[in-house]
Parts: sequence; C-alpha cells; structure tokens
Amino acid sequence: MERNLALVAMMTAFVAALGQIPGFTLASGIPISAQSLGIMLCGTILGARRGALAVLLFLALVALGLPLLSGGRGGLGVFTTPWAGFLFGFPLAAYVTGLVMERWPGNLTRGAIVAALAGGIGALYLIAVPFYMVAAPAGPGEALLTAMAPFMPGDLIKAVLAGLITGALARARPGRLPSRQG
Amino acid sequence: MIALTSPVDTPFHRIPAGAKLAFLCLFTTALYLPGGIAWPLAGIGFVATLYAVGGPVFARAGLAALRPLWPFVLLVGLYHLWAGKSAEGAALLLRVGAVLGLANLVTMTTRLDRMMAVLRGLLRPFRRFGLNPRAVELAMALAIRFTPVLILKGRLLAEAWRARSPHRRASWRIAAPLAALALDDADHVAEALRARGGL
Repeated sequence: MERNLALVAMMTAFVAALGQIPGFTLASGIPISAQSLGIMLCGTILGARRGALAVLLFLALVALGLPLLSGGRGGLGVFTTPWAGFLFGFPLAAYVTGLVMERWPGNLTRGAIVAALAGGIGALYLIAVPFYMVAAPAGPGEALLTAMAPFMPGDLIKAVLAGLITGALARARPGRLPSRQG
Repeated sequence: MIALTSPVDTPFHRIPAGAKLAFLCLFTTALYLPGGIAWPLAGIGFVATLYAVGGPVFARAGLAALRPLWPFVLLVGLYHLWAGKSAEGAALLLRVGAVLGLANLVTMTTRLDRMMAVLRGLLRPFRRFGLNPRAVELAMALAIRFTPVLILKGRLLAEAWRARSPHRRASWRIAAPLAALALDDADHVAEALRARGGL
C-alpha cells in the first residue's frame, strides 16, 4: 500500500517534471511537449491501475491550479477547450498502455512501444477526437484535420521514445519495473 | 512551485470557491447550448468586463494565459475560412475564449487550499467505495513536494549531459535515468512511510 502510494505520487511528480525541464528537445530541435510522453511512461512503468491513478492525480493537481502542464499551463481553463478531450483521455491512455505492458510476452522495449501506441495514441484519440467533434462541434473530417493531424507525428515519435526509455529503465533497474512485477 | 493564483487582490478572491465553480459550470453549459454568434459574443463581453474589474495588471495576466492557444486559433481559423464557414469558426473561437477566460479567472482568484477543500468535499461520497481520503491527500502532498525535487534532478542530469557533449542539448536520453531516480525515491518514501506507522 505504502509502496503503491509512493510510486503513484512519484510518477505524478515525474510527469510534471518532464514538462518543466528546459531544453528537453529532440535531436532535430523540435520541442516535444513531454506531457503525453509522461502519460505513456506512467502506463509502461507503473502498469494499468497505478499508471491511471498517477495520471488522475496529475490532472487533479492541474485542475486545482498548479502550473504543471508543459509551458507552465494549468488551472481550470485547460479543461474547457475543445482539445481538452486529450486531457480527459489521459487516464484511459495510461490504463490501456499499462494493460498491454503487463501482458507483453517478449522484448520489453518493443512491448513498451506497442503499449504506448495502443494506449497513448489508440485509446487517447478514441476519446479526444469524438470529444472535439462534440465540443467544437465539428464533422469527422474537420476533427481529423484540426484535432488529430497536428499531434500525430509528435505522438508517434513519443511512443517510440517511451519504448526506448522504458527499455533503458528496465536495464538500469533489473527486475524492478513495477508494471512487470505483477 | 508557484500556483497560478493572482497576487492582485480582486473582489472575486472573496467569493467562495464552490460558488465560483458552480457558476463556471453554468456559464460553460449556457455557452455550449446551440445558437448563433450572439451568445458567445455576450459571453466574451461578460468575461472581459470581469477582467476589467480586476484592474489592468490582472487583465494582462489573464490575456497572457490565453497566449499558448494561438496555434490552435490559427488552425481553426484557417480551416473555417477554407471550408467557407467563417461564422461558425468565429462563434467557436469566441466561445473557447469566453469559457477559457472565465475558467482561468476562477483559478487566478482561488487559493490552492480553497480548491483542495472543494476537492475534499467532492471525494467524500467515494469513501463508501473504499477510497481513503487521507491516502489521496498524502499522495497529492508527496507529488507537490517531489515535483521540484525531480525538476532539480532533471536539471543536474541535463547539465551533466552538456558537460560531456558540449555541442548538444540534453535530449530525451535523460528521461530514463530520471525515471530510475524517481523509482528509487519512491522506494525510500515507502520505507519512510512504513517506518512512521504506515497509512
């Protein structure tokens, strides 16, 4: 119990820290908002339940008014835009990522990439795009152009990074990846 | 870490947090009711008036909070111009601006402890489903405490990276060691919690 609580709280802090560290950019110089990377990592590192809890805790702190989103954003305002479906989809994204990660039979890096693709992109867009269609309101074509296309390339890169980071973490702390400890 | 509460004292600071949140819900629902551009226009006028009451410094801070939205404004604007639906586009942007503006105003005028009190009240009914409110609050406090700690550790990792390779900025590669440090910290915290009698 204490360990689960500490893991959830620490992973929440990790997601927040990822969004704040300056100079966190790709080799090509594209700044990546590390937030959705953090969400994927919650799933691959903590597994389904604890990962989703860490994300819920993160969103609660943002809603209470802490500037934890990348670029120092936060507060209730970020939950009111038509793109807020991404935030509301984050807990499910982490949960699905964790589900896949816990059950993946083979190589951990590859497993984490597949998990991040399934949760951080598949499950996330399944919430975010319909949310945009209702909130804007927009048709499917418009939603794909203004809510999905701009984020897709970055998210694909982040899914691969999430896999590499999880693989490196599993090598650095053998046998201690919470999502694989059952 | 500094919360987003505005240091400028406004009359809105004295309204109870629950009342402000309830009004925000009503306002948001009203603006998302079907209708022409009249509702969003009235909404943005109303929110602008509220910010004006707060004074120029407060209003400027409110405007600054909208700035990260410009790529989306551009994207939505261009799409609606291209699709020949400029009226719908304008209504959408005005509505987003009004609701976002009011929500930011609530955050800017409500202290963190007041918001926490509201959340505590909202969580209370979940106690019968096995939710331990004390554990939730402890997790929140831990996360708030350890965010600056991990930011600092991340900066140190980034500096070490730069020291080894002077021409490159720290890349995503520092994320794995940072996560390892977070896992280690979690173990220490869990041990300390157990040593103090547990949850």
